[in-house]
Amino acid sequence: MSQGVAVVGLYVRDQEEALQFYVEKLGFRVHTDARNGDYRWLTVQHPDQPSFQLGLFTPESPMLDAATAKTLREIVAKGAMPPLVLVVDDCRAAYDRLRGRGVEFTQEPVDRYGAVDAGFRDPSGNGWKMIEARS
Amino acid sequence: MTSASRDPELLRRLLRAKDRMDAASQEEWPVRRLARVSGVSEAHFARSFKEAFGLPPHRYLLTRRIERAKALLRDTTSPITDIAFQTGWKSLGSFGRTFRDVTGESPGELRAREKTAPHELERVPGCFLSAAHRPDLVIAVSEKRRQDAGVINGSKEKEVP
Repeated sequence: MSQGVAVVGLYVRDQEEALQFYVEKLGFRVHTDARNGDYRWLTVQHPDQPSFQLGLFTPESPMLDAATAKTLREIVAKGAMPPLVLVVDDCRAAYDRLRGRGVEFTQEPVDRYGAVDAGFRDPSGNGWKMIEARS
Repeated sequence: MTSASRDPELLRRLLRAKDRMDAASQEEWPVRRLARVSGVSEAHFARSFKEAFGLPPHRYLLTRRIERAKALLRDTTSPITDIAFQTGWKSLGSFGRTFRDVTGESPGELRAREKTAPHELERVPGCFLSAAHRPDLVIAVSEKRRQDAGVINGSKEKEVP
């Protein structure tokens, strides 16, 4: 595929912490980790999804003024960023595996009309739903 | 907001208390328990929570209980009494009264109406859909009752179900 969405970014409070979470706990891979002074362009990928990168960015200057960056850090910490969805083959198995690695689950797997979903947060406060689609 | 209550580390810990209420809204959530989850003092918890999320913790819990009751009324055939106890109310009477005060209709009326309404939202994950049906409770239920009744001296009833 040559056209489509390539990168979607998340705001995180600390890129190193986010990197550990997404790689060591969720099993993503680093796609790009490039620094330029204080700026760090950091993206990770789901191992089954090579055409898509998830960016892990901090709200900071010089991209943003200090007050805006602070507001964004508050919004992230309040869990008010938009929904994120991770699709898995087996929600209960993934829940057991990720919970064992210390992922902070906000909702145990629940069966809704044949689809199973659970909820977790990254260390910054971004909320994920983990959904096993109807078979 | 005070500057202390805008500290992202504190907000992240307050979010944990909110998440715990979301996960088990049928349980009792006294301030002591919520404060412990957030690692803040009881004295500061309620105010910090309200500053962060715009409503006091007990009222937030109420919105979650109503949301869940609405989903159960819509999606199951469980008796209304069972739904009342399942969602954390101690009596059918207080459930029915609070439900009507918040939503404007009784549990039975909502169930009857939902049964006839078409459902076109099947492509939205259920977990997000239910959040969209959460009541937007910007004022206390006791205040809402007073306004709806149009009386000056409203009841002194507490809003906690």
